[in-house]
Amino acid sequence: MPTVDLIVNGREVNVSADADTPLLDILRNHLGLFGTKFGCGLEQCGCCMVLVDGRPEKSCGKPLSTLVGKQILTIEGLGTPERPHRLQQAFLDEQAGQCGYCLSGILISAKALLDRNPAPSRREIAEALDDNICRCGSHNRILRAVARAAEHMREEGGAR
Amino acid sequence: MSAAPGLPPLLAANPRLDRWVGFGEPGRVTVSTGRVEIGQGVLTAMRQIAAEELGVRLERILLRSGDTDLTPNEGYTAGSQSIQFGGVALRLACAEVRGALLDHAAAAFSYSRTDLAVEDGAITHRGEPTGHDYWSLAAAVDLTRPARGAAPTETSEPRRIVGTNAPRVDLAAKVFGEPIFLHDMVLDGMLHARVVRQPRRGATLKAVDEAALRRTAKGPIEIIRNGNFLAITGPDETVVEAAAAVAPSHIAWDGLDPINPFQEEARWLLQQPSINRVVDAPPSPTPTPATNRYEATYTRMHIAHASVAPSCGVALYRDGRLEVWTHSQGVFPLRDALARTLKLDPAMISVRHVQGPGCYGHNGADDAATDAAVIALQMPGKPVRVRWRREEEFGFEPVSPAMVVTARATLDEVGRPADWTTEIWSGRHSSRPGGGGNLLAAEALPDPPPAPPATESPNPPGAGTRNGEPLYGFPAKRIVHHLIPETPVRTSSLRGLGATLNVFAIESAMDELAERAGEDPVAYRLSVLPEARARAVVEYVARISGWQPALPSGTGQGRGIGFARYKNMAAYAAIVAEVEVEDQVRVIRVWCACDAGLVINPDGAVNQLEGGIIQAASWALKEGVRLDTAGISSRDWEGYPVLRFTEVPEVTVELVGAAADLPSLGVGEAAGGPTVAAIGNAVAHALGARLRDLPLTRERVMAALLKS
Repeated sequence: MPTVDLIVNGREVNVSADADTPLLDILRNHLGLFGTKFGCGLEQCGCCMVLVDGRPEKSCGKPLSTLVGKQILTIEGLGTPERPHRLQQAFLDEQAGQCGYCLSGILISAKALLDRNPAPSRREIAEALDDNICRCGSHNRILRAVARAAEHMREEGGAR
Repeated sequence: MSAAPGLPPLLAANPRLDRWVGFGEPGRVTVSTGRVEIGQGVLTAMRQIAAEELGVRLERILLRSGDTDLTPNEGYTAGSQSIQFGGVALRLACAEVRGALLDHAAAAFSYSRTDLAVEDGAITHRGEPTGHDYWSLAAAVDLTRPARGAAPTETSEPRRIVGTNAPRVDLAAKVFGEPIFLHDMVLDGMLHARVVRQPRRGATLKAVDEAALRRTAKGPIEIIRNGNFLAITGPDETVVEAAAAVAPSHIAWDGLDPINPFQEEARWLLQQPSINRVVDAPPSPTPTPATNRYEATYTRMHIAHASVAPSCGVALYRDGRLEVWTHSQGVFPLRDALARTLKLDPAMISVRHVQGPGCYGHNGADDAATDAAVIALQMPGKPVRVRWRREEEFGFEPVSPAMVVTARATLDEVGRPADWTTEIWSGRHSSRPGGGGNLLAAEALPDPPPAPPATESPNPPGAGTRNGEPLYGFPAKRIVHHLIPETPVRTSSLRGLGATLNVFAIESAMDELAERAGEDPVAYRLSVLPEARARAVVEYVARISGWQPALPSGTGQGRGIGFARYKNMAAYAAIVAEVEVEDQVRVIRVWCACDAGLVINPDGAVNQLEGGIIQAASWALKEGVRLDTAGISSRDWEGYPVLRFTEVPEVTVELVGAAADLPSLGVGEAAGGPTVAAIGNAVAHALGARLRDLPLTRERVMAALLKS
């Protein structure tokens, strides 16, 4: 079985798995990172969104073989209860979520947006999240939370 | 143990006080609810209710939920009933426990009972500490006794916790990606499993090329067979998933009878054998001139729950005991259904709730749990995790039935209905597992329990007939219901049940009748709406939305109103929707006014209403299950699109008449029907032509434009 080196949440890991194993399975079943969710396995819903070298990607459709040496960021690498990312804090402040199953993928898509556009409009936030399905209807709270996080990050001069 | 008379039903059914409240852990209060978290925030609200009534800080409450070994049996978490009924039972149980501990303190230490109070669990005497608290006294008080229902609740004191926006207790774990969903659960030695479903109901396994299945698998798998139930298991989920994906090409089935794909649209229901029922008196045979009659027919396709992730179940069979972990809405009914299906003693089954993706009704959760249990029984000692595939959830979950509703009225001399009939054709809206049948895997097993017959619950609340009776003060009203027992696909409960189309039909008719009378839709409704609370939400939403009478129609811009009191016994909700229609409909803004009586957590209630509005907008604009001869063909998000971020309206929700002295009314499903109705009315206003068939797709808009 081939082994592949990845950098996950800033940590170098060595994974031994079949080359076409989806990144999602690597994260969940090989590395024990359950924050990234299975939603469809068809790259249609965004539950499994991660950043690969800073770009938002659906991990259910990313075979291990395409990821050699890549930097991967998952929800676990975004922030912790002790050191929450501004986005996570804003989602808590806005109470943005119901079942919450979609949230880790949405937070990752939002992180990718704010990395390239620190002052997005409501429309731009919605467009950046359009690959993510939320079925509970928490959309407006989520849009507000991302705008709030962007505002806080601008105030802090992009410190985090 | 017999319960005292006059107790609320859920307390009477679970009378032992220690089933609700315990003090086993120092400084903490263990509170149990049979209700489960399905994204609606019930864990937070129940904590608030218990903390308020017991006189402790929220942080002291340890909440247990949905566990057949530990919590009260409250049936299903469904129907917007958790707060309205479950909350009342919990509150009374907490009040009685508090009273029992204070009684004991008074008797044991010779205090006057009326001088005693509780401050964060400590007993005070005329406001001074006594040195006693719940934890020091609990051992001496018998909480195994049944509730008597005699203790007063704390209504006289100002509320500290109920009525505040306590933050969701489950949200932090979700934004930090902690493994709190059932899908994230790992047990030692756990096997992953996928079921190879019968392609049709009643299909029989003809041949399984096990050798080929094993040969193509990229790792060790086991093939489990029981009658026509077939599953693949193994330690590596990736291997099992891949094997299940190719399995159909190595399996032959008999009995693949095609279904009729034309049953995708609802009007086929009109020609089916049905169980007929009339609620209230039959129509009076007074002849009425056609100019004084209204009749129009409205339809809706089957709707999927479309949970954001497919269902999951985990089971372990060991030493004759079966443990099941599920995101089902009802752990107790599932336990009983599993017992009948698997021929086990219910006492030997434990079913525990773990959170899953939002379900909005009876989706695949119970079935996935059953799959895991069936496999676990054949693999004693090994934990088994079944995670359905996306196409499995879309293709095999019980969907909400297609419906046809005819609204019919004879009008008086001023254009108000003198006699109203709502005639409803619908498949079954409830086939939950409680009765013992209705579990998908059961149909594949050799000796399944019989499927329970199709039934309709009485009104209110009704199922297909839910909200079939308008709340308006018409002199005569009735429901004619045709329950169609045989449908092409499994059907069951989805948020709102029949209320969605019934309210759409009634409120569309109200707009047409207003127009016929030459009156504004809001004023027309108010002229026939006797209940003050109902009038208040209609007036309120008109005000906050800047409602103006007599805006021109057919301009491509429209606004519409919809109103209902959910089930005619839960929260009152009035909605105004603003739309733009070119070739397709865009919902721009939605306003909602809701009266839910005493609200435990206002932000939680608003969140539920907002979510209900967005989901209903999605039903109205986009949703309909597609069929082909093999069954449900819309098996992914392209085949079954839902509203996305760029398509959602801005939503304003206001709670009105926040009446602390009125009972709490369920809100979870209150906004759905009125939202669909308001959008339908707004679209009719924008187009100058009415669409009566849901969803309001581009094709239907174009057809209406061509016609007009």
